Amino acid sequence: MTADLAWLILFLPLLAFLLNALVLRGRAIAALISTVAIGASFLLSLPFFFALFTRSEPFRTAAPFIQVGQVAFPFTIQIDALTAVMLVVVTGVSLLVHIFSIGYMAGDPGYSRYFSYLSLFSMSMLGLVLAQDLVLVYVGWELVGLSSFLLVGFWYAKPSAADAAKKAFITTRIGDFGFAVALMALFVAAGTTDIPRLIAAAEANQIAAGALLIAALGLFAGAVGKSAQFPLHVWLPDAMEGPTPVSALIHAATMVAAGVYLVARTFPLFEAATGVGGVPAALTVVAWIGAFTAIFAATIALVQTDIKKVLAYSTISQLGYMMLGLGVGSLVAGIFHLFTHAFFKALLFLSSGSVIHGAGTQDMREMGGLRRAMPITFAAFGIGALALAGVFPFAGFWSKDEIIAESLLHGNVVLFLIGEVTAFLTAFYIMRLMMLTFFGEHRGVAEHAGHQAAGTPASPAIGNHSADHGSHGELVPGMPVPAHHAGAPHESPLVMTLPLIILMVPATIAGLWALGGGFHDYLHNVPGVHGAAPPINLPIAALSTVVALGGLATGWFLYAAPGRAAAVARAFGPVTTLLERKYYLDELYEAGINLLFMRGSQALGWFDGTIVDGVVNGVAALFAGLSDVLRRWQTGRVQYYGVFLALGAVLLFVVSLVWTGGLIGR
Amino acid sequence: MGLLTVLLFLPVAGAIALLLLPRGNDRLVRIVTAVVTGVDLVLAGIVFFTYNVSAGGIQFTERLAWVRIPTTPQFNVDYYLGVDGLSTPLVLLTAFLSFLAVFISWNAIDTRVREYHILLLLLQTGVLGVFMALDFFLFFLFWEVELIPMYLLIGIWGSGRRMYAATKFLIYTLAGSAFMLVGIMLLYFNSTQATFDMFALANQNYAVPLKTLMFFFILTAFAVKLPVWPLHTWLPDAHGDAPTAISVLLAGVLLKMGAYGIFRILLMIFPDQMRTYAPLLVTIAVISIIYGALVTIMQPDMKRLVAYSSVSHMGYVLLGVAGGVTGLNMVGLNGAALQMFTHGTITGLLFAAVGVVYHKAHTRQIADFGGIAARMPVVATVFLIAGLGSLGLPALAGFVAELLIFLGSYQAYAWAAVLGAFGVLLATGYIMFMYRRVFFGPLNPRWAHLTDADPVDMVPLFALVAVIVLVGVYPTVLTRVFESGLQPILARLGG
Repeated sequence: MTADLAWLILFLPLLAFLLNALVLRGRAIAALISTVAIGASFLLSLPFFFALFTRSEPFRTAAPFIQVGQVAFPFTIQIDALTAVMLVVVTGVSLLVHIFSIGYMAGDPGYSRYFSYLSLFSMSMLGLVLAQDLVLVYVGWELVGLSSFLLVGFWYAKPSAADAAKKAFITTRIGDFGFAVALMALFVAAGTTDIPRLIAAAEANQIAAGALLIAALGLFAGAVGKSAQFPLHVWLPDAMEGPTPVSALIHAATMVAAGVYLVARTFPLFEAATGVGGVPAALTVVAWIGAFTAIFAATIALVQTDIKKVLAYSTISQLGYMMLGLGVGSLVAGIFHLFTHAFFKALLFLSSGSVIHGAGTQDMREMGGLRRAMPITFAAFGIGALALAGVFPFAGFWSKDEIIAESLLHGNVVLFLIGEVTAFLTAFYIMRLMMLTFFGEHRGVAEHAGHQAAGTPASPAIGNHSADHGSHGELVPGMPVPAHHAGAPHESPLVMTLPLIILMVPATIAGLWALGGGFHDYLHNVPGVHGAAPPINLPIAALSTVVALGGLATGWFLYAAPGRAAAVARAFGPVTTLLERKYYLDELYEAGINLLFMRGSQALGWFDGTIVDGVVNGVAALFAGLSDVLRRWQTGRVQYYGVFLALGAVLLFVVSLVWTGGLIGR
Repeated sequence: MGLLTVLLFLPVAGAIALLLLPRGNDRLVRIVTAVVTGVDLVLAGIVFFTYNVSAGGIQFTERLAWVRIPTTPQFNVDYYLGVDGLSTPLVLLTAFLSFLAVFISWNAIDTRVREYHILLLLLQTGVLGVFMALDFFLFFLFWEVELIPMYLLIGIWGSGRRMYAATKFLIYTLAGSAFMLVGIMLLYFNSTQATFDMFALANQNYAVPLKTLMFFFILTAFAVKLPVWPLHTWLPDAHGDAPTAISVLLAGVLLKMGAYGIFRILLMIFPDQMRTYAPLLVTIAVISIIYGALVTIMQPDMKRLVAYSSVSHMGYVLLGVAGGVTGLNMVGLNGAALQMFTHGTITGLLFAAVGVVYHKAHTRQIADFGGIAARMPVVATVFLIAGLGSLGLPALAGFVAELLIFLGSYQAYAWAAVLGAFGVLLATGYIMFMYRRVFFGPLNPRWAHLTDADPVDMVPLFALVAVIVLVGVYPTVLTRVFESGLQPILARLGG
């Protein structure tokens, strides 16, 4: 098999994007073209994936990109085991999301635009994982950011969606600033941005310690932005304004995992980036940010009422787990959780899309009892929830447990306890979501004032809850399709339930790959993977299982009877408010940006117009005043300015000659 | 008659032809101008693509004795033209944008159409001359020739405070020119050869204090033109109030005259001074980048916003040059050279897109808009591409230039490169804030009947998008050419 096939994996979605965006504008066939393209990419990824079970050398191929003098940034492709895992996850989930979207987005006025964006995203994400040079990784990294912007802002006429798109783009770019600094530091210190060569240089101690630390922290800053880690996590919950299949693909399974992938891809740099006295400074930062983000986001997820927001905070929290796994030194644990999470979180998000589609709302207070009307969706959601909670033998159990075990063995007790507490919170909030959505009696959509007005060009506000399909009215460009079924909940069509059924399989069994160290062995040639697979730690596994079941039971108990949960919420009044307001971080950031940049810009604008330009005009006025003397000989303004300048030039010339001493010097 | 002479004076011939046309046929005027600039673009393309990059050096040379005044000392000016790897891309860019200017003006200009196009053609010759002249005096003449048509174009066909803006532009540039003229005269009269040949002057020996003085005199002219902080305040007025096509040319090629002067004159004749004062230039560059970007954020007028962003973006050129000079690396210099070209196309496209919106809506106030993507999908898409180019998104031209500038300047001035990268983040802010408020959100009912770009508007929009993407995906098409032009400069610097 030739590595050149990798170009096809990359270019088929690109071709679909170009075709849909330039030629087939507005035609429904766009959906088919995008889906076939990503399907082909998926099939082409499989031979690489299977070949790497036995092959130790990565597949490589290259094309020219930037070339300046001796310096080149070629487009090099490398497929090793880590890339192969990402390829299968990205193309596989993307394919299922494409299929789901055919049903979910049906009737949207931007149907073909939607699929061209999906293809653009797939191409960019594949470029990110295939690239061997950090500059090329950065290219893919930025292009997935653009795709995310376009898809979050897909319903651009909705103010909340437009704001969310802008916020997502700017916030992740703050992290990318760190990525850019890391590129500079590495390029200057090592003379290359080729990842294998960087790793070789770092392992041979050829990169100055300071540069390496700056680079590792810079790369991590990029990862913090992209993977929505504290303190740059604020964009991800808002990004739920995008269509739900997009949330499943980009904001759960693939793009947000790119930060985790980046740290894993450059793992030896992080290992080598030590602080004073050989402390693994960079990895310590990764571990603590990850652990804090995990528990921090899980607490917010406890009180959310929007079904997608719960899943969004859950994603932030799970990404924190992955960072924790990497931070305590286990590339395998972090990536394994990325792998299983991609399936079960995509399953949860697509199921929530099915719920929203069937119930006509995404506010859980308007749901309830949906298990009867939507049995397939209920089963899918249930399996996803068990996998997320970490119940044996579902996928999340194996990967999360490995991280928690590693955090005790190679981290410390505090990190371990954070991991276990977060596991409890996770099980609780997902049980709460299940109870509110699928159990009890259907509460139904309350009529909001915003509904009637929605959809007209003059006032497209949708009220406070902004379900993808929750408004009534006519078709408007850049707005979601109005719901035509606010009444009885119903199961979704096969084109939507089929991807759910398929995803149930890996969400259930993907974790079994860890048995006998299988996943570790698959990755053992990836730089940064050391030694043999650690055996499964039975006491910790048992403890985690008890914790997970405890969380589920608590959730069931509090929401099985009305009033219990509300009583608890009241008892913790201020804490509940703090969580509901998401620790007031959005308000804090907004005030900070307003003060620093908006006010600062206004002040500087005043300074520029009044002081800097004032001096300019003052000088001009001075000359104009002086020239009053010459008024008799001059008529037009411009002419005498010209004369003045000529006179000034002569004057300058003479002064210069005097100063430098003569016409022909020396 | 050489190819460069034809390329240079064809627009003048076109202007004369316009004079001979019967009155009142505006359409014919536009067509003739389009043909003339189109042919000129083809000629520029021939120069660009037949320039032998591997051989390098000055090619297409033409040299005639022109002014000969046998006084003591002699006053000799040559008609001396030639292009190298540094100037061919700029010649091509000038011809390209001049051609597009005809289409940008097609709907927008409807008064004194003939006069407008005559001046447009004269402007083109002036700018082309600057990029081709190898005799310093000839260079200065073209530098000044460009001012008159520009002054009239802003003053007559502009908007807002157009006379103020035009006069300010003229005086500011003339003031800078006065310094340059003195510098040139000092160079000439202190040399042992009676010539304005740039290469001959570069090989002359001058006393260090004299050379430093000349350096700062000439630098002043280029710093005004570039422009750098704090000599930039003519720019938002001129760019903001000029007619659209003229803003495109101002940003696209007129600013590049200053940048080109830094490469061609300062790096070649004053390498030691460039090295000595590089820290000063880097500091000014960083102030321009950050200050320019910060002032840009809160501009209420779309066009002035784009105009202010140029202050920031031209700061990158200076950063790349000064950083590359100290680090003796091709990467920074090539990034700076490439930035000249990419800023010309990206900012040109932004101005062109704003122009289409302005022509349809008769306002440029950001607060007046909202949700117009629903009515102008093509303009919204093009505007987004231009904006993304401006904020350095990969696969678009600006990214490669800025990446090279940062990588090249980090070595010698890590702090400056980091602040420069921060400027990119600020660009993300001002582009996104504007885009959100103008194109996204609910459609302001006032614009319910707004129509998308007309076919004639789409010519320049699509052409610029194509170039921006091409350079972003395959930057080598330009970097290899610039590299051949920068090799001798780097060698003089001692790299």
